[in-house]
Amino acid sequence: MNMVLESTANLARRRLKARLFHLSCMALTWLCLVMLAVLLIHATRQGLPWLDVQFLRDFPSRFPERAGIKSALYGTLWLISLTAAFSIPIGVAAAIYLEEYAKRSRVNSLIEISLANLAGVPSIVYGILGLTIFVRWLGLGRSVMAGAMTMSLLILPIIIIASREALRAVPDSIRQAASALGATQWQTIRHHVIPSALPGILTGTILALSRAIGETAPLIMIGALTYVAFVPKGPMDAFTALPIQIFNWVSRPQQEFHELAAAGIVVLLAVLLLMNAAAVIIRHRSQRNRL
Amino acid sequence: MMVDDALRLEAHPAAAVSSSEAPLLEARGVTIQYAGNVAIKGVSVVAIERSITAIIGPSGCGKSTLLRAFNRMNDFTVDAQLSGQIMYRGVDIYHPHIDPVEVRRRIGMVFQKPNPFPKSIYRNVAWGPVINGFKGDVQELVQSSLEKAALWDEVKDRLNESALALSGGQQQRLCIARALALQPEVILMDEPASALDPVSTARIEDLLFELKERYTIVIVTHNMQQAARVSDFTAFLDSGRLIEFGETDQVFTRPKEKRTEDYVSGRFG
Amino acid sequence: MAVQTQTTGSQLRRRSTRRWQEHGIKGLLFLCALLSIVVTVAIVAVLAREAFTFFRSVRVWDFLFGTRWTPLLEPRSFGVLPLLSGTFLIVVGAAMIGIPIGLASAVYLSEYASARVRGIVKPILEILAGIPTVVYGYFALTFITPLLRFVLPQTNIFNAASASIVVGIMVLPMVASLCDDALRAVPDSLRQGAYAVGATHMEVSTRVVVPAALSGVVASFVLALSRAVGETMAVTIAAGASPRLTLNPIQSIQTMTAYIVQVSLGDTPAGTIGYQTIFAVGALLFVITLVANIAGHMILRRFREVYE
Repeated sequence: MNMVLESTANLARRRLKARLFHLSCMALTWLCLVMLAVLLIHATRQGLPWLDVQFLRDFPSRFPERAGIKSALYGTLWLISLTAAFSIPIGVAAAIYLEEYAKRSRVNSLIEISLANLAGVPSIVYGILGLTIFVRWLGLGRSVMAGAMTMSLLILPIIIIASREALRAVPDSIRQAASALGATQWQTIRHHVIPSALPGILTGTILALSRAIGETAPLIMIGALTYVAFVPKGPMDAFTALPIQIFNWVSRPQQEFHELAAAGIVVLLAVLLLMNAAAVIIRHRSQRNRL
Repeated sequence: MMVDDALRLEAHPAAAVSSSEAPLLEARGVTIQYAGNVAIKGVSVVAIERSITAIIGPSGCGKSTLLRAFNRMNDFTVDAQLSGQIMYRGVDIYHPHIDPVEVRRRIGMVFQKPNPFPKSIYRNVAWGPVINGFKGDVQELVQSSLEKAALWDEVKDRLNESALALSGGQQQRLCIARALALQPEVILMDEPASALDPVSTARIEDLLFELKERYTIVIVTHNMQQAARVSDFTAFLDSGRLIEFGETDQVFTRPKEKRTEDYVSGRFG
Repeated sequence: MAVQTQTTGSQLRRRSTRRWQEHGIKGLLFLCALLSIVVTVAIVAVLAREAFTFFRSVRVWDFLFGTRWTPLLEPRSFGVLPLLSGTFLIVVGAAMIGIPIGLASAVYLSEYASARVRGIVKPILEILAGIPTVVYGYFALTFITPLLRFVLPQTNIFNAASASIVVGIMVLPMVASLCDDALRAVPDSLRQGAYAVGATHMEVSTRVVVPAALSGVVASFVLALSRAVGETMAVTIAAGASPRLTLNPIQSIQTMTAYIVQVSLGDTPAGTIGYQTIFAVGALLFVITLVANIAGHMILRRFREVYE
């Protein structure tokens, strides 16, 4: 009996298995597209009828027909602006230190370990932290300021990691050329490294902020109110935010409020889409310039 | 003879300061190691003012390491340790009180692979002097630097264009202009033409003859013919040690060491 | 000559103003980096402080192994097992969805798909990853739950199954992306060798490539599960607020994260034992995710050492 070549039937069976495997992997992958489509279609179908200018201009109300997301929109705007103002300088500064200055040492290893762990901490734990330190200990109360500071801590690891990658991508030959011309380290970083890394830093920052826009749990912890019929006028004012308003509406039993939530979701997704599109455009343009 | 004086200085370092013909740049018994590996050991060479000194040797012999020691670029290599002295105008540039930034203003460098900044041609040349506090006419400085690097005619109408749009040879001449803009005394060149085509290489070599009139040049090259054509003095390194140092003519035609003779006649390397 | 040396020496000396400037900038940047240690310590300190106070009134054993969780109602009981089982149900359900689909997608993308297909699927996965969790919670409650109730009418309006399905969808991009990286890092020579002895495409993928990338793949699972443990809004919206020690996915349950949200939305005053439960549960949550993340990163690092 020929033991070297297997029987044709056996080979045919293996081939069939391989074909089925290929098809299943493909099917499961495209299933992801299907799930995304179903989700988006469902939300849009429920929410679009409620989406009009009045929706954007009105405050929330007990009556669904009169409810709007004005306070949530303003609150989110305030929140993101302040969060950006805190997290971007600190995050980029930390990334510059870690990539350009830090030498191997006990403290620097600890910084790296802390950073890696912070990236995986659940957002609600950041909320607990913010509640204790910003709301209570620092006495900021349930203000936009407390919310922004909590959010900044949450997205700081994301900004640092993205900025570090952007800095690392700047070729070392540039730094050497600048140093050989008698530049100090900061002059080299300021005039050459940062400008070269800027598109990557911007992209990472935009993505971090788009994560912050969608976060709800930390804001609930620090006391962002779920029923707010006013617009914050200053950083110490109470506030609400888009995801909180959506959560509030979804938590009500009435169908109309679920549909309102869907409308809010459409607005939120539109904002996120804009931000991510901006990030992609920046990345494309910078890559084109490099060539 | 000047060179004999220079070599004698190794035995009497104190004499360097009182001699009236002290070399501009000098390495005395320099040993450099990275992470336990010795890159160069006990090397002593000099660079006389307004001359070209070539450093030759097979791959991995430590030529670049020695070159980079002259402007403290080895400071950027992790775990690099230097013993011995590098003297510039009689001052040990590795002394703790000496600022490497100041050293690099006076001892410039051109790298093997052209590395212009991703900015305009003008900004490339102007940036160095400006951040170092140059108070004079920047435009004039840029023009004269580009002229000295034999690049002005080719770029004078497009100073605001990106430096990356230039060809390889042009980029390297731009890097030379960039180094010249700081008005250094010494220019270190690490195989400046090895990444270029033969035509550009020839242009760079012509440039070296012109530059020699004003600057002191130390050039690392693996191209022996280039060293023989261009330099006044030659140092031959092998496996981190200085095998021979002297006038180029003598090193190539009447080498004192057998290893030198083997290398320059192409028997190895 | 001596004079010249002296002039040169003084010219080359360090300028003190510049030295202080450079040191100052470096110091400022260092402080920003130090913040990460500060935040880590702060999280631990904040959780530990109130948790310790809590454990002075409640025995650790009762907390960890008690089966009734009614901290806000009389008679009070502080056994956290119901919350743990709720979280566990969600994680298991999410794993059943996220891991197979994520891994299959990764295998498809790295072993079968053309560059064009990758260019379509990868952004889709990124979009799935970027959708806020409230949106997933909404989807679970308004789409998946009605669907489940249609199929299984005894399904409660709030149930673990809907929430775990969407959490699965939420973590699958992470599994897919990490597994994809891991599979692509396996050198092509291994594949070529297997093909050369007559293996089919499937056999190469499942018996050569995936095993070679195993630690990377396992790391992705661990990290995804850690993410599922920490998930808050989807479970708060869709899974319910009834702490229940059960393995039945069509019932209403409560996870650790959802409980913390519930307490925050209520009126529990600071200093009371009810308030302290936030920290006790939060500390438990933090420890679980920390251990999972450390384990995941260690496995990932071992994988990277082999291939990169």
